[in-house]
Amino acid sequence: MPPRRSVSVRSILAAIAAAAIAATAAVAAGAAELRGTGDLGVVIERAKGRVQIVDTTARTSLGVVDGLGDLSHASVVYSRDGRYAYVFGRDGGLTKVDLLERRIAKRVMQAGNSIGGAVSQNGRIIAAQNYTPGGIKLFDAVTLELLADIPAAPGPDGQPSKVVGLADAPGQRFVASLFDVGEIWIVDASDPRQPGVRRFRDAGRQPYDGLVTPDGRWYLAGLFGEDGLALVDLWNPDRGVRKVLPGYGRGEEKLPVYKMPHLRGWAIAGGYAWLPAIGRHEVLVVDTRDWREVARVPVAGQPVFVIARPDARQVWVNFAFPDNAQVQVIDAESRKVVSTLAPGRAVLHLEFTPRGEEVWISARDDHRVVVVDTASLKTLATLPADSPSGIFFTSRAARMGF
Amino acid sequence: MIAVRHAVLCVALVAVAAVAPVSRGSGAGPTPAVPVAADADPAPARQRELLELLKQDCGSCHGMRLTGGLGPALTPEALRTKPAESLAATIVYGRTGTAMPPWRRFVSEAEAHWLVARMLNGATDATSP
Repeated sequence: MPPRRSVSVRSILAAIAAAAIAATAAVAAGAAELRGTGDLGVVIERAKGRVQIVDTTARTSLGVVDGLGDLSHASVVYSRDGRYAYVFGRDGGLTKVDLLERRIAKRVMQAGNSIGGAVSQNGRIIAAQNYTPGGIKLFDAVTLELLADIPAAPGPDGQPSKVVGLADAPGQRFVASLFDVGEIWIVDASDPRQPGVRRFRDAGRQPYDGLVTPDGRWYLAGLFGEDGLALVDLWNPDRGVRKVLPGYGRGEEKLPVYKMPHLRGWAIAGGYAWLPAIGRHEVLVVDTRDWREVARVPVAGQPVFVIARPDARQVWVNFAFPDNAQVQVIDAESRKVVSTLAPGRAVLHLEFTPRGEEVWISARDDHRVVVVDTASLKTLATLPADSPSGIFFTSRAARMGF
Repeated sequence: MIAVRHAVLCVALVAVAAVAPVSRGSGAGPTPAVPVAADADPAPARQRELLELLKQDCGSCHGMRLTGGLGPALTPEALRTKPAESLAATIVYGRTGTAMPPWRRFVSEAEAHWLVARMLNGATDATSP
């Protein structure tokens, strides 16, 4: 017995020493330096399968986290404490990245082909929206343990429909659209292991994305297969799906669509929704009180992202191939394009700083991220990045529908 | 079971083949201005452009690694049973009723055939054409 005890004492001492060394190493790496995350974010480097962690105050990159798989289409949601980024990769990887320690905290392969996800109102559930197999999966936000698997309704080919436009809504709900079958689903995740699903059939042809308004009341799905959008009142879901802007194309032939637009709550500003027109070089402006069209703004190409500055005074637009080397700024009051910028080739995304005094723009083919002052439109900084695509700041953590 | 699946596939392919000539004649856009050089491969610089287009812009829907997205996978395994002719027609003229647009403004028929051959061989890396 005595010899064994001495071994265990020695191993405890060794463990303490190892912990001390680990703590020292962490300090050396800067991880123990106290700081918040409110001015941090990630930039996706799509071809390298990694993210840069960036600081929007210093306008600099703090480092890289590698090993995130296929990020050719990637989206990010944040833990409500703003410390962890949940990165959804094209290959079905779901990676929880620790922004402070700049490392992968957890990673699971949750599907064969994925498009994005959402975080629940209380921050405890991560929902993934998948193409293969089509459906929604719910995960514990801390452990990434699978809580529920909700297969989508089968499409014409017998496979579960691809799920798009997933967004969080009040009441521990998620709302999503089914591309192949034209349905909108409301998932009640108040008991995440036994979620309830409410289906709205015949919502519209080929919904391509959707948004929940910043007040959490409305879900709006954009439709690819018809001119119009599908609207659900989340206060009164019994009223069903309503069509908004039916036939906005006036029966004219659509231009070929080389990239699907993206919708999110950033489209809602100053009481209006600013929406990309499918197959048209226009931004559609809708009054959110009655959901009627009030204006159309002609722009330089087919809009992909139409994003209001947080104060709603400007609306910024980027475009699909082949018009993707420019960004336009719409004055929200006159509803006219007031500036056209050329930040680089293949502009894939833009993200405002939390209060919108600056905007970060990714130019994939020039391998850079450009930081622009939104008042003077001057370039304040240029950061090198390998084929940058999405830019996601932690201020999303506190926004409904992000 | 196998025979049934095979028959269904054949019907689907016939449908694809039938759609292409119809949309070709629909006059929805200008006919390709690029001359069709049936046997000549595109010049090396153009090859790189085409592979970059495939990766980045086709990749918007089909995935940068062509493993699929809103559009189907374009890997050799996924394409194996489809005739090259109808695949090239799909690139040039699009697929009516789907999200696949016509690319004839940017890609000639000969270039589409060259791209299809590369896809069928899985040789789509732009860095080593």
